Amino acid sequence: MEMTLKKPAAAPLVQRSPGYWTTVGRRLLRNKLAMLAALILLALVLMALFAPALMPSDPYAASILKRLKPVGTEHYPLGTDELGRDMLSRLMLGARLSLFMGITPVLIAFVIGSALGIVAGYAGGWTNTVIMRLVDILYAFPSVLLAIALSGTLGAGVGNALLSLTIVFVPQIVRVAESVTTQVRNREFVDAARASGASSLTIVRAHVLNNVLGPIFVYATSLISVSMILASGLSFLGLGVKPPEPEWGLMLNTLRTAIYTQPWVAALPGAMIFMTSISFNLLADGIRSAMEIKD
Amino acid sequence: MTDTTLPEALRNPDVGGPAQPLVIARDLVKHFPLKSKIPGRRAGVVRAVDGVGFEVRKGETLGVVGESGCGKSTTARLLMQLIEQDSGELIFDAQGVGSAQLPMKRFRSQVQMVFQDSYSSLNPRLTIEESIAFTARVHGIGAAEASARARALLDRVGLEPARFAGRYPHELSGGQRQRVNIARALVLRPRLVILDEAVSALDKSVEAQVLNLLLELKAEFDLTYVFISHDLNVIRYLCDRVMVMYLGKVVEVGDTETLYANPAHPYTRALLASMPATDPDHRTLVAPLAGDPPNPINPPSGCSFHPRCAMAEAVCARRAPALSDALAGHPVACLMAHADGGHSRQLAATT
Amino acid sequence: MTYLLRRIVYAIPILLGVALLCFSLVHIAPGDPLVSVLPPDASEELRRQLTALYGFDKPFLEQFVHWLTRALHGDLGTSIATNRPVMSEVMTAVINSVRLAAVATLIGFTFGCLFGFVAGYFRDSAADRTASFLSVFGVSMPHYWLGMVLVIVFSVFLGWLPATGAGPGGSGDWQWDWEHIQYMVLPAVTMSVIPMGIVARTIRALVAEILSNEFIVGLKARGLSELAVFRHVLKNVAPTALSVMGLQLGYLLGGSILIETVFSWPGTGFLLNSAIFQRDFPLLQGTILVLAVFFVLLNLLVDALQTLFDPRIQRN
Repeated sequence: MEMTLKKPAAAPLVQRSPGYWTTVGRRLLRNKLAMLAALILLALVLMALFAPALMPSDPYAASILKRLKPVGTEHYPLGTDELGRDMLSRLMLGARLSLFMGITPVLIAFVIGSALGIVAGYAGGWTNTVIMRLVDILYAFPSVLLAIALSGTLGAGVGNALLSLTIVFVPQIVRVAESVTTQVRNREFVDAARASGASSLTIVRAHVLNNVLGPIFVYATSLISVSMILASGLSFLGLGVKPPEPEWGLMLNTLRTAIYTQPWVAALPGAMIFMTSISFNLLADGIRSAMEIKD
Repeated sequence: MTDTTLPEALRNPDVGGPAQPLVIARDLVKHFPLKSKIPGRRAGVVRAVDGVGFEVRKGETLGVVGESGCGKSTTARLLMQLIEQDSGELIFDAQGVGSAQLPMKRFRSQVQMVFQDSYSSLNPRLTIEESIAFTARVHGIGAAEASARARALLDRVGLEPARFAGRYPHELSGGQRQRVNIARALVLRPRLVILDEAVSALDKSVEAQVLNLLLELKAEFDLTYVFISHDLNVIRYLCDRVMVMYLGKVVEVGDTETLYANPAHPYTRALLASMPATDPDHRTLVAPLAGDPPNPINPPSGCSFHPRCAMAEAVCARRAPALSDALAGHPVACLMAHADGGHSRQLAATT
Repeated sequence: MTYLLRRIVYAIPILLGVALLCFSLVHIAPGDPLVSVLPPDASEELRRQLTALYGFDKPFLEQFVHWLTRALHGDLGTSIATNRPVMSEVMTAVINSVRLAAVATLIGFTFGCLFGFVAGYFRDSAADRTASFLSVFGVSMPHYWLGMVLVIVFSVFLGWLPATGAGPGGSGDWQWDWEHIQYMVLPAVTMSVIPMGIVARTIRALVAEILSNEFIVGLKARGLSELAVFRHVLKNVAPTALSVMGLQLGYLLGGSILIETVFSWPGTGFLLNSAIFQRDFPLLQGTILVLAVFFVLLNLLVDALQTLFDPRIQRN
């Protein structure tokens, strides 16, 4: 007996529900504080990108005569640093390195950490044990200590600092990724997917990733502000960016002795770090709230 | 009864013929080891399934009943091969499951399952249509074709595709979600569908609708069902034969009406007597099942039911009864059903 | 009880891994580990002698085992820069750091609890929003910058407190009198900000969650006084709060380098700083090892106390 299903004429969908991320996006847009933070960040990123065009003076032009001029000096709206260079220009250009050093390690750690964590979470068994125990050893160090220890031994420089910070963040992300993946793996729709004959790779791609990447991403965004502070902190100690490159942490370092003569100029770079960091945190908080959709 | 719209490779023709049982399970054993608190010392095992054997005939609905912890769900998962048995055979339509004749992926296209929790069995990030189409996509059917199939099935289970295909699981009610799960199970025209407490979580009115849907689909798609439940009324309504499980073993199998009218095994009798009486003048005053529910880690010796059995004798603690066939076609695992069991009483053969 | 035993047994391979990592740090450093000891025009003979003396010519694992065995006996080698035993340098520094970190944790914990409780009790009110905002503030603050700002305000402008140092006579003798404490005020306050933010956040979430529990409503319906409810919340919050405090203490000890650099506080962070810049590897290894081991043991202690307080916690 042959059997065919009558296929209904392809009727257009009356109800197309918005996807998960669309809903998250909409909720985020309604959060005024998060949107304000996003705008500030956007402004900072634009400033960093277009710094060469926007800078009023040459950030490397040093002049002993013009050392440590206060805020509001003619030609130097935000004063000059200990070598007579224009603060405003250096702050603008410094945004590049500061933002870069803050975001990049988290990005790389997100990719590596998620991959490791998802594999550990889905595979279970020995794979899980090996990965998680290795992670535990790194996790046993307080992050600042680990970053400094690694940077300290590798030596100063942007590349080494990026490497150190990435190594600091990978274990944290692996932990979160593994935990979330294990929870998802035990849900029945994964069983149903296995029952349909799909390979593990297919299941991870089609069912695990879309449930797991969200929470991991949220966690990662909360790490960006820590990364910024830590990266600038490394430069502050002389372990990150090397002079004469402008970077907010490094600028704080070289201006330290200036707090007795030009305190407000000396404090400026830190204010930038603070403002950026708080914006990232507010935005991350906003994203997290937006994602808590009760379903 | 093949669907000619499916590609050649996915059609599941009848291999063994009508007399061949669709599923033969032999001596399935699955023990779950407990985590030992002291390394080196072996902790106990949970004997979830302890030597289970049965048949599922083509075209029937086999019910599986028992208390929580008797091993019904584990048996279902073993049938689906979602977990692998420690020992024992599984034969599907005369072919060994996982053998060269019947590789796993091929097996999976012929057996599907509907779970109890309608919500957690659907990926919250996929639309209904995507969830249903996934099974088809896994087996090589193209995206457009798979979507079309998904919509056709949605229509068949009573959910208007135009309104439901693009929705997400959290926007549907429990009954609607269960229909989706049923649709998903049918995408590849399986021959066997296992329903693990599929209607237990639904409101009674919705439950009736879904049960009727299941009956219709069975006839239309020529399906065989294994229906697991703890609800004896639903089992009676739906099933041709019933299998009773206790502590990881099968204790009785029989034709539904016969079993309900004249339960042979003392446990079955107690179970049926436990159903609340519908007549207020004849209330059940004494609970038929005494004692504590058993511990699957440390099962009682001999016949596992003997501590709670009204008819237990000394021999019951020593010997574990196998399924006897004294009552033709109605296996019972009780020493009373064996002529040489050592029990003073004997079960009378019933027709 | 078995969870605890497992935890302790499990800590041993972790500690070994930590030790291995500490030891390897020196070996991943580029350049010659002897560069800080050798004068630039040293002869081959001298170089060979020193290599043998420090054991750099032996295989890695052998070096590690030697180092570890000596470390377990309390000998962490000799500082290249000062020629004093590493262990005594580190211990002096640790005591200074612990003093500072303990005070900072107490301040942070106290105010964090205060803000957290207020925010949790009066959820969604103006007080809550202020407290939440303040805690975001705390967490986003680059603490080394805050230190500088506080120095600017209180030392440079107001002249109330000293800017750097740990006491009028160096760190040698410490007493709990104003003479000495005034040196501690700014660094401790600076350090307290981050744990304050984290504690406030945690407690707020916890308090809000407990208060929204249905059985609280049930208790109130049965006429339980506000004070009793408060005591109940306190009891439930205490274990987590204490464990967070313990963890924060650990982080402060490990991460104190930045603040100690700003204030020239002679603690382990400061020591670490000089070890790095003088490429004083024995000192570097020893300091990191002590700090990391301390952190692991502290975590263990916190875990143990938490299981004691809350039997429900049976983490796997």
